[in-house]
Amino acid sequence: MTALPLAVLSPFALSALAPWAHARLKHHAGWLLAVLPAILTAFFGSLMPLAASGAPASFRTPWVASAGVMFSFHADGLALLFAVLISGIGTFILIYAGGYLKGHPQQGRMFVFLLLFMGSMLGVVLSDNLITLFVFWELTSLTSYLLIGFNHEQERSRRAALQALVVTGTGGLAMLAGFLLLGTAAGSMELSEIVEKGDQIRSAALYLPVLILVLMGAFTKSAQFPFHHWLPNAMEAPTPVSAYLHSATMVKAGVFLLARLTPALGGTPEWEASLTVFGAATMLAGGALALVKTDLKQLLAYSTVASLGFMVMLLGIGSPYAVKGCLVFLTAHALYKGALFMVAGAVDHETGTRDASALSGLRTGMPFTAFAAVLAGLAMAGLGPWLSFIGKELALEAVLGGGNLWLTAVTVLTSASFVTVAGVTGLRIFSGPPSAAPKKAHEAPLSMWIGPVWLAIKGALLGLMAGKAAAFLAPAVSSVLGRPEQMKLALWHGVNAALGLSALSIALGAAAYIGWDRVRSAGRLGDTILKWGPDRLYDLSLDALSALARGQTRVVQSGYLRYYLLAVILTVMTLAGHALYSRGEPPVMVSTVPVTAYGAAVALMIVASAIAAVLLDTRLGAIAALGGAGGGVALVYVMYGAPDLAMTQFLVETLTIILFVLIIFKLPRFARLSRPWSRVRDGLISIAAGGMMAYLALVALHVDLHPPISSYFAENSVPAGFGRNVVNVILVDFRALDTLGEISVLGLAGLGAYALLKLRLSGRKAV
Amino acid sequence: MSDLILSTATRFLMPLFLTFAVFLLLRGHNEPGGGFIAGLVAAAGFALYSLAYSPGRMLQLLRVGPRTLIGWGLLLAAVSGLPALAAGTPFLTALWAKLHIPGLVNLKVGTPLIFDVGVFLTVVGVVLTVVVALQEEED
Amino acid sequence: MENLLALVIGVLYAAGIYMMLRRSLVKLIIGLALLSNAANLLIFTSGGLVPARPPLIARGESALAAPFADPLPQALILTAIVISFGVMAFALVLFYRAAEEAGADDLDRLTSTDT
Repeated sequence: MTALPLAVLSPFALSALAPWAHARLKHHAGWLLAVLPAILTAFFGSLMPLAASGAPASFRTPWVASAGVMFSFHADGLALLFAVLISGIGTFILIYAGGYLKGHPQQGRMFVFLLLFMGSMLGVVLSDNLITLFVFWELTSLTSYLLIGFNHEQERSRRAALQALVVTGTGGLAMLAGFLLLGTAAGSMELSEIVEKGDQIRSAALYLPVLILVLMGAFTKSAQFPFHHWLPNAMEAPTPVSAYLHSATMVKAGVFLLARLTPALGGTPEWEASLTVFGAATMLAGGALALVKTDLKQLLAYSTVASLGFMVMLLGIGSPYAVKGCLVFLTAHALYKGALFMVAGAVDHETGTRDASALSGLRTGMPFTAFAAVLAGLAMAGLGPWLSFIGKELALEAVLGGGNLWLTAVTVLTSASFVTVAGVTGLRIFSGPPSAAPKKAHEAPLSMWIGPVWLAIKGALLGLMAGKAAAFLAPAVSSVLGRPEQMKLALWHGVNAALGLSALSIALGAAAYIGWDRVRSAGRLGDTILKWGPDRLYDLSLDALSALARGQTRVVQSGYLRYYLLAVILTVMTLAGHALYSRGEPPVMVSTVPVTAYGAAVALMIVASAIAAVLLDTRLGAIAALGGAGGGVALVYVMYGAPDLAMTQFLVETLTIILFVLIIFKLPRFARLSRPWSRVRDGLISIAAGGMMAYLALVALHVDLHPPISSYFAENSVPAGFGRNVVNVILVDFRALDTLGEISVLGLAGLGAYALLKLRLSGRKAV
Repeated sequence: MSDLILSTATRFLMPLFLTFAVFLLLRGHNEPGGGFIAGLVAAAGFALYSLAYSPGRMLQLLRVGPRTLIGWGLLLAAVSGLPALAAGTPFLTALWAKLHIPGLVNLKVGTPLIFDVGVFLTVVGVVLTVVVALQEEED
Repeated sequence: MENLLALVIGVLYAAGIYMMLRRSLVKLIIGLALLSNAANLLIFTSGGLVPARPPLIARGESALAAPFADPLPQALILTAIVISFGVMAFALVLFYRAAEEAGADDLDRLTSTDT
């Protein structure tokens, strides 16, 4: 089905047009751009029946076939649930961003990033191939980096963006390693095949490494304790970003991955222990910290952390109840949390502050926003007959069914925290007498309240029409459980233990809401502890890394050229010496060519010139000696059948002399700079190196690693190359590509020398 | 650096150098010679002229800037590989045409000759670029 | 003759390396030039010495008549000579400019990237 990859890639294509749309339509471009995700939502929704029937739409084409990498997509229930959430919420986010950043000079860039992110996220949830998934996963990290750092002129934004990238990127690398091992263990890189081989994978020796590495990726992405700190910091991003990435979609990618791999990796004691322990710790940390914050976005961010922990814990329990509860809660959370974030942004936009303790009575000024806030707040508290209520009931039953008292207590406490946060963000700031905010509160524009109102109503309706919700979620539940699963959702489960616990959590949350001021002052202690938490650890580890880099640079990089040269020479000598030594046999010392008097004279000339070049104390003398050595080498070429080489060598010697003549008197005079002992040391090293090279030359004469290829040139030069000078035919015909590379280097050297002479830094003396 | 003997000698040597260079270039495919060697000879001739008179006079004689020569040389060498692509063979595969006019000409012309001219121009350009730049340092 | 040339190669390498380890810029360039001569001669010698039989095909013949000097190392060395000339010209200019900026011939005064 080719529509599937096209749907994933379409946001990328549209992002290229976004700046143009923004230039024409200004902030109204949001409405136009939102048409695409709206269509995508309908498209993914239309695929749902296929997934429910057990024959999901899929697409596969080779990408890097040799490495088993396919560009493949698989639209099963779980993927479609996420795809619908991503494109559906994305529709309203684009509209909302149009209003929220109205008049911002970089608004076009925001649209581009948001669309890029949307495409990446769709790629993550729809990918069938592990490597394709990884590529899209990293793209979400990158686009998230760009979006968090949108206000890049602020240092805090840059830090938050980098932190999110470092934390999720590190996890992503671990996940890649885990994927490769998983592919080995399963014998396939396609998820649709991997999930069929759960038993094989769970009994493989690689199971534990795979689990740990994959969990690293999922936990960092979904902000699980102790990696949760990047998420509250990411609130530096503009609110559309927080609403989209950091509550509704991207942070759920980790949960998605765990859900996706549940049939392959889940059900073992290791899986259950790690997911429930980390999930519960995250719930506690997020739930407690949310209570002591007054910034609306921080409040919501920490409660998001707690919610993510909740979902991870439920997947850890893994029973059908838990999986259903997880996915119902995930859907409900995406709807109400997205709405509440957009409400917080609208409030900030209209009043100029996000401080919940300073805001009240906004209902008169912002009726639509208040309506959305109350609906979404009721959903978050788990009070109204909404979808979230069903999710909470299911989850409580799953926790009770697990029989773990600790998890039950944590769930009740976290739910209580949700009630309090919902009260603050959905009720407190809208009720009571109007506060003296920096700006007089007005209703936000249509673009900014339509999203929250729609999402809040959707959450409510899905609860009231539970049958429809069940039909929508059933294929996803089947994907996670790895078998077709019947699903019935009902608002009323009768009076049971779960209902009692629900009531208890609401009572606790309401109490905390009434005494919110006192809770916060008690929580100051928590704030102090927070300063020394993982955020601090992150800074310390970055500092340690820089210190390590500086230290090793100090040791390795002396800055003295001759030490670098010594390192190179001694390394080569050690390696080549070892190779020569381990050959064992001494070189054949028999000369096939007799020594002539003429040859001996030439050899003497070269040796004498080389020694003179070393010993002479004047520049001119040394250069003359160098010319002598070069001339001698040219004579060797003459003697042994290389007229082309001899001519080239003589010409080069001539031109070298011309160059030296031009520059010599501008170069400093020779000075005896080094100490005697270093001259002795260098002399010994040089003689050793020279001796080894002489030995190497003798060995090389009688080693044939490959049959000589020269006979090919000797025979084909005339018939194929139409030339009798074999050397020239090799240069311009047989090996012409090499020659092309070589004259390119030559050209670069010439231009480089020219640039060095002509382009002087301004402010220096002009010659 | 104007020396009477040098400048007089150069006036006679210069045409010799250039003729020899062209000779080496053309016969290089069959006898010792070729683009590299011919380029070095021609460059030596021009460098001598530049030393005897002045870089300005030499550049007048050369007409084309040495850096332009580098560009033309590399371009010519690279372009000589393109006909091979059109013929469906790998880049830089030699293609030959026989030029045969009875009694007058019996020549084989091929892309390697164009390639060799490219090498020649590059070498001349590089040497003269450096020589002229260094000479201009003196002023 | 091979033994003798091996000795010559050794001397060229030793002289080149010793010069490159000096603190003086000019000596470094001379060392570089000696080293490239040494390397070329090494390749040439290890390809085998054939006196006075250049790889030129006689007029009217279609192939080289044995024995002939190996044309492949010659082609390699020919470009190597020209390139080492280019590199040498570049190095000369680089060191000239470095000496000009640093005001000295002493490599030990060029230890920082910020000058």
